[in-house]
Amino acid sequence: MTVYAQPGQADSPATFKSRYEHFIGGKWVAPVKGEYFEDITPVTGKAFAEVARGTAEDIEAALDAAWAAAPSWNATTPAERAVLLNKIADRMEENLEAIAVAETWDNGKPVRETLAADIPLAIDHFRYFAGAIRAQEGRLSQIDEDTVAYHFHEPLGVVGQIIPWNFPILMGVWKLAPALAAGNCVVLKPAEQTPASILFLIELLEDLIPAGVVNVVNGFGAEAGKPLASNPRIRKIAFTGETTTGRLIMQYASENIIPVTLELGGKSPNIFFDDIAQEKDAFYDKALEGFALFGLNQGEVCTCPSRALVQKGMYDEFVAEGVERVKKMVQGNPLDTNTMVGAQASTDQLEKILSYLDIGKQEGAKALIGGERMELDGDLSGGYYVQPTIFEGDNTMRIFQEEIFGPVLSLTSFTDFDEAISVANDTLYGLGAGVWSRNGTTAYRAGRAIQAGRVWVNNYHNYPAHAAFGGYKSSGIGRENHLMMLDHYQQTKNLLVSYSQNAMGLF
Amino acid sequence: MSQKPVTQVAGFDVVLEAAPGPEDDVARVAYTAAAVELLRELWRRHGPLMFHQSGGCCDGSAPMCFPAGEFRTGGADVLMGTAELSDDDGSVLGPLELWISREQFNAWKHTALVIDAVKGRGSGFSLEAPTGQRFLTRSQLCAT
Repeated sequence: MTVYAQPGQADSPATFKSRYEHFIGGKWVAPVKGEYFEDITPVTGKAFAEVARGTAEDIEAALDAAWAAAPSWNATTPAERAVLLNKIADRMEENLEAIAVAETWDNGKPVRETLAADIPLAIDHFRYFAGAIRAQEGRLSQIDEDTVAYHFHEPLGVVGQIIPWNFPILMGVWKLAPALAAGNCVVLKPAEQTPASILFLIELLEDLIPAGVVNVVNGFGAEAGKPLASNPRIRKIAFTGETTTGRLIMQYASENIIPVTLELGGKSPNIFFDDIAQEKDAFYDKALEGFALFGLNQGEVCTCPSRALVQKGMYDEFVAEGVERVKKMVQGNPLDTNTMVGAQASTDQLEKILSYLDIGKQEGAKALIGGERMELDGDLSGGYYVQPTIFEGDNTMRIFQEEIFGPVLSLTSFTDFDEAISVANDTLYGLGAGVWSRNGTTAYRAGRAIQAGRVWVNNYHNYPAHAAFGGYKSSGIGRENHLMMLDHYQQTKNLLVSYSQNAMGLF
Repeated sequence: MSQKPVTQVAGFDVVLEAAPGPEDDVARVAYTAAAVELLRELWRRHGPLMFHQSGGCCDGSAPMCFPAGEFRTGGADVLMGTAELSDDDGSVLGPLELWISREQFNAWKHTALVIDAVKGRGSGFSLEAPTGQRFLTRSQLCAT
């Protein structure tokens, strides 16, 4: 096993620059107002780089660059776009370890996740959309013998994308790959908590990307995000985050009459039926892992399986073993490949989680494990760590209704199928859900009855390209991670052509 | 701070309490001294302010602070409380509304909210992010 040296130390695979400017028109451009802000690693709580603090002027410059590039990039062939996406994927693969360490340093997530999931998935995502755009076909409809409706896909032009901090690179790529494949130029604003890792990636890719096709402007939401989201020069806005900002972005989009895609999170139920305990076999073990998967990425996942619903017949036994599984989570230095649970991404995230631990206790939820901040030693002592926590309670509690975005599981029991579905659907959100059963019919019916865009059956937290991902209810609009996302980045041009020589006979 | 704590809520020095909204008879929104101080700073810079309580992922559960009217509320929202914000010298700044979506209110209405400010960065389009501080919703069970 490996413990990577911290970026900045001599033998680290990743070295950040001390200062990052905007990436506009293929160049590194100082912010118009000349201001920078610090990027803090949650691993130690210390600043490691300065990042340009963008404003409306920088967004306008990025849009100028994007529109300057649009005539040529919008006109590229699918084959040319696929070549670029594949080259990006290859370059990322050659630098996987460095990118993974950089991402861990910026976000705090364990390096075993960035090495095995975040970055490999991002690489595959570019390759998937390289293939998808080559295979995409327009359609035609034969209206009558002499009349044909041709439907062509056309790029939108220039689009805006606002990226969250929980998977800074992977969520960036989920948005970039389909936008580029569809022939659009992009102005992208990373999250202010994690502004540097995307720029670390762009540095590796800058010689591949035609100038102006991808532009990255960092900054705060009110100063850089709003001028992007409300700008009349974008043809679409994509956002992942929370509901208030999602609604505000829709309000801005309504002024400009442009489409939005939104991914706004969830409070995902993970349902465990009694038949799991029929045997203590490999499947039982798999289900226990499924119970513990709320700890992945410290719970900072929009689809965190943060509500466990366990059927009463096996509840005591299964939960006891589940708690034992959670006890074995190794928490510590995110740069150690043995670490399973790393640091929360920011101090305000840490504070929010602690406020939920407090309200959970006030509401009478019983902590089966954890329930406190985790203090680590040495130079990790300033970092943002929370103990993996299981609260036993009921679904009306706030900890069952809001996504805590921490390693916190809210656990309850159910009697029968109908109660399980009723509790599962008693939420404002509908992004992810899990169903665990040996009975295919039970699993199928539960999966269909849960109001969520992604139901994992007998697995959880897999995010392969070519499986559509998106929300019902207040969880958002659109489906990422699938070729259907291309539709969200394309116009439909219909040519309605008459091959008849004869007049209609009306005038 | 010129104002003295008016209530102690879970150990926080609440210095400003909001009157209930028209659909509610419970005073369920209050502000700590740190929040009021930050609000004064933002009010001086941006003019009248409002809050909309967020839900969902990432920065969900954060109280988002906007210029008043920037976020359009409607029938899908509930006004949780209106506080009269005054400046350090006691001069009146104006009414500060806190809104929440109706569906989220229904899930939260057994709790009261204490808006605090802590060190942090924030996200979304909330006005305080560049200040290095972050508004934070702390919660308390209501007696009702």
